[in-house]
Amino acid sequence: MLTCKQVTELCSQEMDRQLRLVERLSLRSHLMMCSGCSNYRRQLFTLREVARAYADGRAVVTSAPEPSE
Amino acid sequence: MSVSIAPPGRADKPGFSAEALVSLRADMLRFAQLQLRNRETAEDMVQEAIEGALRNASSFAGNSSLKTWVFAILRNRIVDHLRQAGRTVSMSSLVDDGDDWQERVEAMFTERGHWRDDSRPAPWPDPEESMQNRQFWLVFETCLDHLPENTGRVFMMREFLGLEAQEICAQLGISTSNCHVILHRARLKLRGCMGAGWGYSGGAKC
Repeated sequence: MLTCKQVTELCSQEMDRQLRLVERLSLRSHLMMCSGCSNYRRQLFTLREVARAYADGRAVVTSAPEPSE
Repeated sequence: MSVSIAPPGRADKPGFSAEALVSLRADMLRFAQLQLRNRETAEDMVQEAIEGALRNASSFAGNSSLKTWVFAILRNRIVDHLRQAGRTVSMSSLVDDGDDWQERVEAMFTERGHWRDDSRPAPWPDPEESMQNRQFWLVFETCLDHLPENTGRVFMMREFLGLEAQEICAQLGISTSNCHVILHRARLKLRGCMGAGWGYSGGAKC
């Protein structure tokens, strides 16, 4: 049985590598019972979405052009 | 820089001008500097990206925004630079990055590894709406800037530049498991910072 702390580690690794079957199954069974970890996992996907939008130049302009340049 | 350099036949692609490119410079510079943490290198990258964009004006299709197009050029330039620079950080500096880690984790989880009541993640609102807000992006930039330098670098190589974790580890000369640890720390910290900075907090019941 995974702890929430271990689940946060696995949720991060899920974004960078293919999880093994046993990892996927234990992750899924934990997430079904734990809304905190489910929210955490969704937030990691949100962070990825936000980072991609930023890197894609889709952020709302965050500063006026520097007057010195 | 007052000459519009839209090539003939591209008059239907508004938005491409040297002035428009230059007006994006400040945003490009912040993007580069977040990743490189070095003003001079960041300025070089941005300059090269702008020059590259001017040289290749004809390949601007006009179906994406000019900013998206020039950011792609900038990202490629940064990837090339990082690949050429090779291993620029030592493994020990990566592993030591962020001495407050243990305390942070202890504050979030009980000894048995479960969420403490006040740190259990509550749902975030729809990011689409937040992303229309200028303040949201300021918080995002600030949070990235507050990641320990090398942690931030690994995170941005992964999430901004889209490099595979394997390539990042190989480039920095660190083991795969260290790479996963660093990415996990980066995400956990960034999530905490965004939660606090953007008012996404509160405890959910498990």
